[in-house]
Amino acid sequence: MLQALQHIGRYFQMLYQVFSRPEKPAVYWKKIIYEMYQMGYNSLAIVAIISIFMGAVVAIQTGLQFDSPFIPKYLIGYATRESLILEFSPTMIALILAGKVGSSIASEIGTMRVTEQIDALEIMGINSQAFIIQPKIVAAVLFFPFLVIISMSIGMLGGYLAGVVGGLLSHNEFVYGLNYWFEPFHITYAMVKTLFFAFVISSVSAYFGYFTAGGALDVGKSSTKAVVYSSIVILIINFTLTQLMLT
Amino acid sequence: MIQLSNIHKSFGNNHVLKGISHTFEAGKTNLVIGASGSGKTTLIKCMVGLHVPDLGSVSFDDRDFHALDRKEKRLLRQEIGMLFQGGALFDYMTVAENIMFPLTMFSEMPEDEKIDRAHFCLKRVNLSNAYHLYPSELSGGMMKRVAIARAIAMNPKYLFCDEPNSGLDPKTAVVIDNLVQEITQEYNITTVVNTHDMNSVIEIGDNIAFIHQGKLSWSGSKDTIMSSDNHELNDFVFAAELFKKLRP
Repeated sequence: MLQALQHIGRYFQMLYQVFSRPEKPAVYWKKIIYEMYQMGYNSLAIVAIISIFMGAVVAIQTGLQFDSPFIPKYLIGYATRESLILEFSPTMIALILAGKVGSSIASEIGTMRVTEQIDALEIMGINSQAFIIQPKIVAAVLFFPFLVIISMSIGMLGGYLAGVVGGLLSHNEFVYGLNYWFEPFHITYAMVKTLFFAFVISSVSAYFGYFTAGGALDVGKSSTKAVVYSSIVILIINFTLTQLMLT
Repeated sequence: MIQLSNIHKSFGNNHVLKGISHTFEAGKTNLVIGASGSGKTTLIKCMVGLHVPDLGSVSFDDRDFHALDRKEKRLLRQEIGMLFQGGALFDYMTVAENIMFPLTMFSEMPEDEKIDRAHFCLKRVNLSNAYHLYPSELSGGMMKRVAIARAIAMNPKYLFCDEPNSGLDPKTAVVIDNLVQEITQEYNITTVVNTHDMNSVIEIGDNIAFIHQGKLSWSGSKDTIMSSDNHELNDFVFAAELFKKLRP
C-alpha cells in the first residue's frame, strides 16, 4: 500500500515537471509532430484492421440474437453503431494502443535511462522529464481522438460488409439502423473517454520508462508494467466516466 | 577550478563517500582513480549534480553548485560538458544533430553557424566523415569521439569524462586520452576524468586523486604515482604484472 502511494506521489511529481515551461518551444513543436507520426500515424494500420473485424463481429453476433421476426433487422445497424461508439472504439482501441504505444514509450524512455541519455540531458541543463515526456502526452491527446473516429467509421464499414454482404439484412435496413435514434452526446462521451485514455497511456507508460533502474532486463519489466498498469487505469476510468456521464 | 569540500554521500546504510576534499585545477587533466566500487562514479555524479551530497560542497570557480537556485544551476550546467562511459548519444539523431543539440537548446545561433560549429567539432575529433551517420552506425571509439565533439560544442569550462576508455582497444584508448588532454590544454578547461586504466594515468595524469573505500587516500601526479609509499595506492597501481616490472 505504501509502495503504491509512493508511485502515485512520484507520478504526480513527474507530471508537475512535465508541464513546466519548455526551454525552447519550437523544438518541442517539432517533437510533437514527430511523436504524432510515430505513435498515431504508425498505429493507423492496426487500428483499421482491428476495427473492421470488430465491427463485422458485432454485426454478426447482434444478428444472431435478433432472429425473432418481431424484432426489426435495422436494429443490427443500430446496435453495431452504438456498440462501436460507446465502447468498442474508444475502450478497445485504447487497450490495443496501451499495448502498442505504451510499451514503445516505456521501452524507449527506459533505454534512454539505462544508456545515460537522460543523465546527458540533465547535465546539459535540460528538464529531461518535460523534454522527453511532454511531446508524447501532447501528441497522444491530439492524435488519439482521430484514431478513434477512424476506428468508428471503419468498424461500421466492417459491420456493413458482414451484415449486408453476408446477407443478414439489406443495405437500406443497415443504413436506417445506423441513423436510427442517434444521440450526438454519445460521440462527446467517447471523445472525453479517449482524451483521458490518451493521457493515461502516454503518461503512465512514460512514468515506468523514466524511472527504470538497472539494465536491459529492467527495460523489459518497465515495458510490461506500463502496459498492465495503463490497462488497469483505463478500465477504472472507463467505469468512472460511464457512471458520471451516462447515468 | 573545481573545489570539493568534505563530500559525504550515502545510499541507505551504504556510506559511499566519506568526507572527500580536493581541488581540480583548470587547464589540467585531473584524474580520479580507484578500484571498482570505491566511489569514483558517485563522486563524479555529485560533482555534476546527478546526486546531491548529504554533506559538503562542490564549487565551480567559487560558485557552490548545490546552493545555487534552479536557474543559476541551469546556467552553470551549460558550462559543463560530459563524456559518458557509453557515449550517451541520442540514437534518434544523426551525429551532426547530436552535436548541434545543445546549441539549438541554449543559443540563438543561426542554422548555418550551428552547422559550421558541428563541422568544426567533428574535425577537431578527426571524424569529419561521420556528419550524416547515426550513432548505431558508429564504432565504440567513434561514439566516444562524437560524444567529445558534443561535449565541446558549447565551449565548456568544465569537462567530465566517466571511464572514457572502457571497452576500447589500447590504440583507440590512447587516441581518446590524447584528445581529452589536447582539448583540456587548448581551451584551458577544468577536466575531471574518472578511470581505473593505468595507461591513462601514465599518459595524461597531470593531477591524480586516488579514492579508496570512499576516502581520498592519495593525491599527486603521474610523476610521483610510481614512487608513492601509500599501500592502498601501490596495491592498485601494481596489481598488473606489467606495472610490477616498472616498480622502482
